[in-house]
Amino acid sequence: MNGDQAMRAHSSTLPGPSFDSPAFVRPRPLAESTIAIVTSAALHTPDDAAFTGGDTGYRLIDRARRDLILGHWSPNFDRSAYAMDLNVVYPIDRLEELAAAGVIGAVAPRHVSFAGNQPDDVSTLRFDSGPAAAAALRADGVDVVLLTPV
Amino acid sequence: MSVLAHVFEAAGIATIVLSSVREMAVKTAPPRALHCEFPLGRPLGRPGDPEFQHDVLARAFALLDAPVGPVLVDHPVAVESDAEQVSCTLPPRFEPGLAPAVDEAKGIRRAYDRVATRRGVTSVGRVINADGVPAAVASLVEIAEGADWRTAELPGGNTTALCHDIRSYYEEAALDLVTGPLPGPRALEDWFFERTETGRVVLAARDAIRKSGAKSPVWFYMAPATRSS
Repeated sequence: MNGDQAMRAHSSTLPGPSFDSPAFVRPRPLAESTIAIVTSAALHTPDDAAFTGGDTGYRLIDRARRDLILGHWSPNFDRSAYAMDLNVVYPIDRLEELAAAGVIGAVAPRHVSFAGNQPDDVSTLRFDSGPAAAAALRADGVDVVLLTPV
Repeated sequence: MSVLAHVFEAAGIATIVLSSVREMAVKTAPPRALHCEFPLGRPLGRPGDPEFQHDVLARAFALLDAPVGPVLVDHPVAVESDAEQVSCTLPPRFEPGLAPAVDEAKGIRRAYDRVATRRGVTSVGRVINADGVPAAVASLVEIAEGADWRTAELPGGNTTALCHDIRSYYEEAALDLVTGPLPGPRALEDWFFERTETGRVVLAARDAIRKSGAKSPVWFYMAPATRSS
């Protein structure tokens, strides 16, 4: 079993909260939508506070920034690809290209980063930091978010 | 990720998850998920391949057309995790008086610097910067050779963070040392732990700390779960 198979086998046994009557938003057409990335890679700028182990907060990332540190604490996934090309985790240049081509309406001015390694009950994420991040993106006029895991 | 999808959707924002663990996507049923059987740490599949990344995005955004959810679709391409060995030349011994791992760490400094300059950012710095790597490696050598980790005064005092910095230093330097195609998934992990002096020292130090009776968080995350010395 290689490292990815081992981690997938482990992750598939973790508890996942259930959501009653989950919301389902019908967005406006893609060509009119503002898109943001939300990643669990714990990305942050060098001048922002680093993620601590077990960090349940989030960082906002300005659209123009590319000097981003992969702050996730797990040693169990491939980090080298991110060092080669941040778009493999955070496809910001691809979004800019799609906006320039008119495929999407706009790239959001700010994007969001969380740490993927959360406490099992994910209650802070669910009831505190998650809604706060969503409110920040709503304030920026975001219609659609793309969630990228590591 | 799926939890966040539900949270954002409840706030009025449509969401698409790039799923990496299919069972979890089924269990938590985010409104829209594109399951990607890609190496972990590569949710867009392939670094340096804009065409492939755009294909992933196009399939993800296509899920927005679904009238009802949850929607779970599989990306048709599975990117294999099995790594081809990288060709990555380490410098020859320079200071024979030093432990091989410490000498090696010093020897790749210029490669590390070139990559850091090129990228404009480095992931080394959680508890030490590049200047601190040789001394940190020396501390791990002592532990691997029998010194008590509790009195070894490891820089930063956190083994997980310290080993993260050492490994990041090596993997970033490697990007300047590799020849041929971009390293595949986990190829640099294999290189670090199997073919560098310092990688072997990290595993040996981890093993020594474990055998000393330390609690698992002290040693477990010094290396991937699947690695042993």
